[in-house]
This record gives sequence, structure tokens and C-alpha cells, in this order.
Amino acid sequence: MKKDQKQRTAYWRENLRYLILLLIVWFVVSFGCGILFVDQLNNYYVGGAKMGFWFAQQGSIYVFVILIFIYVWLMNRLDKKYHFEE
Amino acid sequence: MTVQTWTFLIVGLTFALYIAIAIWARAGSTHEFYTAGGGVHPLANGMATAADWMSAASFISMAGIISFAGYDGSVYLMGWTGGYVLLALLLAPYLRKFGKFTVPDFIGDRYYSNTARTVAVICAIVVSFTYVAGQMRGVGLVFSRFLEVDINMGVYIGTAIVFFYAIIGGMKGITYTQVAQYCVLIFAFMVPAIFISLNMTGNVIPQLGFISDVNDGSGMSLLGKLDGLHRDLGFAEYTDGSKSMIDVFAITFALMVGTAGLPHVIVRFFTVPKVKDARISAGWALLFIAILYTTAPAIAAFARTNLIDTMQGKEYTAMPEWFKKWEDTGLIAWTDKNGDGAINYAPGAAVEGKPVLATTADGELQRGQFGQVIFANAPTTTTNEVYIDNDIMVLANPEIAGLPNWVIALVAAGGLAAALSTAAGLLLVISTAVSRDLMKMQIKPNMSEKEELWWARGGAAGAVIVAAYFGVNPPGFVAATVALAFGLAAASFFPAITLGIFDKRMNREGAISGMVVGILLMFGYMAVYKLGWFMDEVPPKSSWWFGISPEGFGSVAMVVNLVVSIVVSRMTPAPPQAVQDIVEDIRIPQGAGEAHDH
Repeated sequence: MKKDQKQRTAYWRENLRYLILLLIVWFVVSFGCGILFVDQLNNYYVGGAKMGFWFAQQGSIYVFVILIFIYVWLMNRLDKKYHFEE
Repeated sequence: MTVQTWTFLIVGLTFALYIAIAIWARAGSTHEFYTAGGGVHPLANGMATAADWMSAASFISMAGIISFAGYDGSVYLMGWTGGYVLLALLLAPYLRKFGKFTVPDFIGDRYYSNTARTVAVICAIVVSFTYVAGQMRGVGLVFSRFLEVDINMGVYIGTAIVFFYAIIGGMKGITYTQVAQYCVLIFAFMVPAIFISLNMTGNVIPQLGFISDVNDGSGMSLLGKLDGLHRDLGFAEYTDGSKSMIDVFAITFALMVGTAGLPHVIVRFFTVPKVKDARISAGWALLFIAILYTTAPAIAAFARTNLIDTMQGKEYTAMPEWFKKWEDTGLIAWTDKNGDGAINYAPGAAVEGKPVLATTADGELQRGQFGQVIFANAPTTTTNEVYIDNDIMVLANPEIAGLPNWVIALVAAGGLAAALSTAAGLLLVISTAVSRDLMKMQIKPNMSEKEELWWARGGAAGAVIVAAYFGVNPPGFVAATVALAFGLAAASFFPAITLGIFDKRMNREGAISGMVVGILLMFGYMAVYKLGWFMDEVPPKSSWWFGISPEGFGSVAMVVNLVVSIVVSRMTPAPPQAVQDIVEDIRIPQGAGEAHDH
């Protein structure tokens, strides 16, 4: 039982670490690039679009999709590592 | 064939398809009625979630809103997609592991309290009703525009369709119908977008056309050209906002957190077989949503450029066919203030108040000297002569791009698919709240499954009728409703659920006081600053708290909920061991039984 509890705690810790990392990226691409630093980034371009504007209307959404798929991949790996897969 | 014939044909075919699916997938048990028996493939669930999520507003109005708001419109784009990241990472897998049917189920069990359950039921019903009223109205609007029936008649037809398949099929019927509806709506949205992108930039993919150069020989980028047009006409640049940074931040955050807290979205993740499936399903859902949400800003920029190019400074008599057609529906109108016969578009409203077209005694539209429609409203002092409705950007797109009639019919079918799928999903939440969270869990715990299923069907029927009533008689506060639905979801469910998962020490007292304070604060702010209750008039922007608009206030209410919950929970007893075990258990994807065996 004790070992099981240890496993669970370790699993949860790693899970939380992934969450924090992914949520930092989530925050940076949307609130960071699209809102807080939009004026600075607008001095650069993505194709014909100002970069800050592009992040707010396109880039952040692409990153969101990628983030979820990375999360799925990380968690499936974690489940296997701890033998918690269903 | 005429547009009318095509529309009847395509809309009729899609409706027949939805009904056929509903009959094929009818629900035999409460488990199937509430969560489709938990057997939906994650990919199908992702599509259904996307259709459920994208409403008539996303399909018809969003591109238009962005088109007029430019950069400020980004709050919707980021807000309504970023919430799925929160949903996938913080809620979906754990709620799937918890393995019940509804959001109030989770709140009631996790906080070992029927009071908490009741607060959650009330929130779920209020949030879903505020949302569904707009959907039924949307159904009516689409019908009235494309099939030339009365708006109210449109609401009744839409109600009858939803009534039929929501009641027979429950979640199972709804889910598979939504898969079909997603296909219809995304096809209908993309076809005109692709053609317009090709016309204007030579790029087949609208998302790339958006950042390409226009092919009018000027060598300018599309957005550069649009910014230039805006400057010439005296508007703020398209890629530059007019809202304050803190308000953009707050609104985006409130929409994200609200999205993750909406019960009709959360409940989708109860329908897949495993925790693993709940995670990937959120990914598919966002991918399918992102296809539309990254195309919408492209359409917005194309349509705006096109519109300004077509009409600015041109003679009214030289306007293309579509301009005159949509004039008759009141979506676009021109008043010749300076009497030069040419159209002048500039910042500011063209007329005082909500534009109404002038009609003669026998109901015919009045015409001016060039044959243009006439406003009943008094003109304003601005130089702007044009009124343009948001919705025209998507509705008139196929005609602006000169596409064939069947594409126009397709857009009608797409708009209907978007409105119907969202309405059905919301109605299910309401019916479940009645039959399960209220009847089964609180009033009549001993009823048989068959009886519960009848309550669920009755609840759905009642909800459809109330929704239709609101569709025909939209309540006065309808302008505030969507913001309110998101604000309430953000201020109540999101903190209660995430704390329930991530903070084992969170107890009944903390969660309930947090939710109640959050909801009251949200309601209060909305009532005062949006609706102008308790005062003589709506207070000016300068008196907003921290400069945050009512639309963005959900983020403040959410933070207050978090703080209150945590403080109160630390001053009151810890939750019982059995509840702490539930929390331990939902954190691990593997089978529930095993944790107790050791």
C-alpha cells in the first residue's frame, strides 16, 4: 500500500509539472504575445501581418491545438511509466 | 435553379438526415440519454463538441463582429479557443474519471452537500437558458432570411426539429446528429472563404491568404491595404485596437475560463469510454473548432476590404446586385446626407438609434430618388452615410464573391446546423438538471430508471418550449445574456471544479461560499454596469472597476471566488476521509476499484 501511495504521489507531481509548463506556454502565446506585448511584436511581421496581431488572431489558436496534443502524448507516456493506463 | 429552390432542397435534405440519425440512435436507457452510454469514439465526440460549441453567433455573426472590431475582435478568437486548453488540462480527464453524468453531480458529491448541488443546478439552468434563447432566435433569423418566412415561424420550425431529436435520442441522438451538423457547417463556412481568398489573394487557404499580398497589382499585403483604407476613411487601423489593454486581457480571460466552465461543454467529456479518450477528445474538438476560428478572421479582413473597395465614393446606381438585395432586408442601407448620389463611408453611426427602414402604409419599403431604401431614423451629424449589419459579412459573402446559387443555399443550411446543434446540447443540460439533479438526486431518489427517463424526456420537452418562447419574445436583457452566461460559468463552476480536483483540502463551506459570492458579484456588476439597474442610467465607462467592462468582469468574479473559497476552507473543518479518497482517485486514470483494494 505504501509503495502504491508513493507511486501515486510521484505520478501526480509529474502531472503537475507538465501542467505548469504547458500553461505557461498557453499564457505566453495568448496573453503575452497577443495582448501584453502586442505593440512591441507589431514591429515584426508574419507574412503580411503584424506579428502581435497575427498571434492574437491566428498564432495563439494554432499553439493551443498543438498544446493539447502534446499534453495527450505526455500523459499517455506518463500513464505507461507508472502503469496507470486503463 | 433559383436560390430559393436550392435552399429548400439542401435544408430539406440536411433536416431529413438529422431526423434519420435521431431515429437510428434513439436512447434506451438513462445512461444513453445522459451520456450516450459512454461509448462515443473520441474523434466523433470531438466533432460533436465542436458543433455543440459553435453556435449561430460563431457561424453568422463572429466574422462580422471581427470585421468591424479589427484587433479588438481577437478577444473572441482567443477566448473561445483558449478555454479548451484549460478544459483539456484541468477538467476533462478528471471529470471523466469521476464518471457521473452531470456537473452538479460532481459538485454535489465532491462537496458532500445537497446545498452545493442545488447551487450548481440553478447555475447550470440559468447559464443554459440565457444561452439557448439566443440560439432559437438565431434559427428564426436564418429561416426568415433564406426561406422568406416570418422569424417567429422560423423559431417554431426549428423548435419542432430540435424537439423531435433531442427527446427521442437524448445525448446519443444529439451526439451523432451533431457529427453530421459539424460536417455541414464547416463545409458551408469554408467553401465561400476559399473562393474569396482565391479571388483576392490567389491563395487557396484562407489562413494563408490572410497574411498574403492582394492580387490587385498594388503589391500591398491584404492587412496593409486594409489598414490604409481605414486610415483614409478616418477609422482606427484595423490591426490596432481601441479597447484598453486591461479590458482586452480581462475579457479574453473571462471567456476562456467561462468556456471551460460551461456545463454543456463539460458534459461532452462524460460521453467517451476512457480518461485517455477524454484528453484526446478535447484535442480533436479544438482542432475542429480552430478550422472555423482561424478562417473567421480571414473572412473578416477579406469582406471588409472588399466592402470598402466596392462602395466607398462610388455612385449608388453603380452598386452590384447583392448590395440592393441585402438592402431590402435591412442589413445594409445608405442615406445620401450630402445629396451627391455617391456613397460615403466614415466612422460613427449613420442614423440615430437602431436603424429601421421606412415603409409606406401598405407595408412596402419606401424608396429614395435613386431607388435606395430609406431610414425611418433621423440622420446623425457624422459624414457616415452607411449602416452595415455585422451578419452581412458571412451571409452575403457567396454573392459578393459571385458564387453559384447552391453555395448560398449551403450557407443557410450551415447556419441552421450551427444553431440547432448548440440548442440541442443546451436543452440536454437543462433536461438532465431537471430529471437527474433535481428529481432523482433530491426529490424522488427511489424512482425507476424508466421513470427517470420519462422525466428526462419531459424536462427536454419543457425546456424546448420555454426556449421557443424566449426565441419569439426575446427578453430585454438579451444583449447582456451571452456575457452573463460566460461570466456566471467563470464565477461559479470553473473555480469550484478545479479546486475540487487540485485542492484536496477544499471543503463544502469554502466551495459554497465561493460560488455564492462569485455569482452575486457577477450578477450585481452586470445589473449595475450593463443594465443600469438601481440607478437612473447605465454608469459611464470611467466608473468601471479597474477599467474592466461587464463582459470582462467574470475574470474578477472568478478570482474573488478562488480567494473566498480558499480562505473559508482553511478556517473550517477538512472534508471527510471518504471525499479525500475520491479526490485521490480521480487524479489517477486507472480503474476506480483498485484504489480501495489495497
